[in-house]
Amino acid sequence: MSNEPTKPQQFTEQASEIQAQMVTVEIEGKPFQVPAGVTLMKAMWYAGKEVLRGAGCLGGFCGACATYYRTKDDPKVKTCLACSMAVEDGMSFSFMPAFPARKAIYNLSELKDPKQDLFELYPEAPLCRNCNACTEACPQKIDVREGVWKAVFGDFKAVSDMFMDCVMCGMCAPVCIADIAPNLVAVYASRAQGVHFTEKPAGLAKRIKKIADGEYQEDWDRILQLSDEELQKTTASIQ
Amino acid sequence: MDITAQQNLVHQTRDARRAIDFPKLSPAERDALIKKYHPDHRGHAYRPIKFGPNAGDSTVTEVATLLEGESPISADFNLTPEYSVDVLVVGGGGAGCAAALHAHAEGANVLLATKLRLGDSNSVMAQGGMQIAVGPDDSPVQHFLDTLKGGHMKNDHDLLKVMVEEGPSIGQWLLELGVLFDRQADGNLHVKKGGGSSKARLLTCSDYTGLEIMRVLKDEVLNQKVPLLEFGAVVELLSDGKGTCTGAVLQDLDNKRYVVVAAKTVILATGGIGRLHIQGFPTSNHYGATGDALVLAYRMGVPLVQIDTFQYHPSGGVYPEQLVGALVTEGIRSEGGHLVNAKGDRFVNELDTRDVVSSSIIKECEEGRGVRTAAGRVGVWLDTPLLDVAHGPGTLDKHFPAMVRQYERYQVDIRKDPVLIYPTLHYQNGGVKIDVKGETPAPNLFVAGEASGGLHGRNRLMGNSLLDLMVFGKRAGQTAAERAKTLSQGTLTLDHVAEFRAEAKRHHVSSGLSSPMVLPAYTRQV
Repeated sequence: MSNEPTKPQQFTEQASEIQAQMVTVEIEGKPFQVPAGVTLMKAMWYAGKEVLRGAGCLGGFCGACATYYRTKDDPKVKTCLACSMAVEDGMSFSFMPAFPARKAIYNLSELKDPKQDLFELYPEAPLCRNCNACTEACPQKIDVREGVWKAVFGDFKAVSDMFMDCVMCGMCAPVCIADIAPNLVAVYASRAQGVHFTEKPAGLAKRIKKIADGEYQEDWDRILQLSDEELQKTTASIQ
Repeated sequence: MDITAQQNLVHQTRDARRAIDFPKLSPAERDALIKKYHPDHRGHAYRPIKFGPNAGDSTVTEVATLLEGESPISADFNLTPEYSVDVLVVGGGGAGCAAALHAHAEGANVLLATKLRLGDSNSVMAQGGMQIAVGPDDSPVQHFLDTLKGGHMKNDHDLLKVMVEEGPSIGQWLLELGVLFDRQADGNLHVKKGGGSSKARLLTCSDYTGLEIMRVLKDEVLNQKVPLLEFGAVVELLSDGKGTCTGAVLQDLDNKRYVVVAAKTVILATGGIGRLHIQGFPTSNHYGATGDALVLAYRMGVPLVQIDTFQYHPSGGVYPEQLVGALVTEGIRSEGGHLVNAKGDRFVNELDTRDVVSSSIIKECEEGRGVRTAAGRVGVWLDTPLLDVAHGPGTLDKHFPAMVRQYERYQVDIRKDPVLIYPTLHYQNGGVKIDVKGETPAPNLFVAGEASGGLHGRNRLMGNSLLDLMVFGKRAGQTAAERAKTLSQGTLTLDHVAEFRAEAKRHHVSSGLSSPMVLPAYTRQV
């Protein structure tokens, strides 16, 4: 607990090395001393590395910092997002390089039978051999293998629910022995679910028509001719 | 002292704190506190801009210095274009993707350049939702009034009217692209109530609204085969020497090579300024939020509006280290969670307004009653276990499952232990001046999204940013594409940069700082 007055706090992405205990981590096979408790991303910066490919939102949503890591003496190589994982002593890690998965090109609104079209667009999708490596590779804990099968069997609704957490890091693709890119299959199935198999909201259409028909014009005329003072009074009365 | 030992004080003082009713501040106390501690009111952090279209206007030093910075492009630079396009869109977030898709749909020859990957942006992180007046008891007019109130009456009425009126058709466009907004049982869009809004108006895709929209927009940009230059940062604009924008110089960050683009129209959609860490604040923003459009438009002589006001969210994470600057939900305070300083005392009524709460947290830390982490950061406690004590076990699990998981990933159990918070830099309220088509006073230069200013007044309402991106991205994209049909490509000069340099010299400005920043300098010099 600190009782000394402090100056306005200066923020830096570099952790202070003075107070922090140091740990040894291996980045791309080379050992570095970094402060305990920092994220893998900050460990990269601390080690003096420029990060271009590999940093994005820094908040766990964009999937740019997909990373392979292994903890001390554990043979299992795991996956994480480098912005959302802390270093520990003896850890080894490397960013995943951009993986050249093939994305199918389609015009969703023109598809006649999206569930059948899946097999044209992604003919590898039904070739899943159930190894489950994709599920184990997912840092978002999505049951990826199950999702691929749901897509193949046409249950696009289930796919869209299961993959709502998907940050498109693409770590499911390099491990697939059938060359499926499950995240891309899931985007296709989810969008098709939205375009072809989801009810059109009647209320929204009604609201668009009302605006087009000028039904709010009277309200606009009333509001927009108010003086600043009257307008302030009007907004102040809003509950 | 380690964090666990400090947390014990929060547990020990909980019962005593619960017995005290902490009053809200009187208007005079409140004004005094804000004036002294709110970042927007800290005179020493501000200074007048020395020259250019906003000469004499005050903004934070970090922004002023960047605006007055030196172009990386020298006067004798070879301007032979590598690309020649109708519309150059810079920025791969929500506004940039919307602009590119709409311009492409109008038949324009588009290039989308972005300094990271397509989609790496703040848009992808938007959790709260998107405000669109779709409810039967709601209207665009009501949306207008709520936003105006939230913006302290300083919003540009024309921009705001356009946004609220076009909201529903934007919702329709996103549905047609396959965005899966949450629904009611009857198939209508489910709406949630957001802070500062009188009606339930937030369209959501669970807690992943921005992610879902960006997944779809990115996929569509790829399907439409819009030409892309990823890791391509804009570093200067080009003009015809008479104030009209005619293209830009990009830098390919993979090989540092400069790339000249002749463009009939340019749309800057480069987002906000969180990564400038103005006044030393942590930020909830993405890696590339360095205010590049502000700098480039300013050099072209385009004024900025409300560039002195920023949104600081009271509760950004401080510990664990992985959550520094990340948003922690306001809901904990709404349900009675206390803010506690290092002495175990409360210091503010937690339900006071955001500016009051942020100011009081800063005050505690600056006066030495903050809690210091091993990594050297300072914050105050948010007493989360109090919710389970006050409302019964399971309250946190039931009402805040996302926050429980957010901390569980780092072995912090918010049901058992309080968390440390400090205000985080969240949003640039102002920005580049635009008209209702997204065009700046410099002809053929458009700006869309957070980089633009005027729409949100002095405080943006929750859920209005995602709508802003889609509405003004669309307008800029369509207008630029339409304009390009009748334009011939203008000459490429750096005359405005030369004028800007001369102006800097006249005002004896020579910081030597090159701007735009493009990416923050986080790499330690070893």
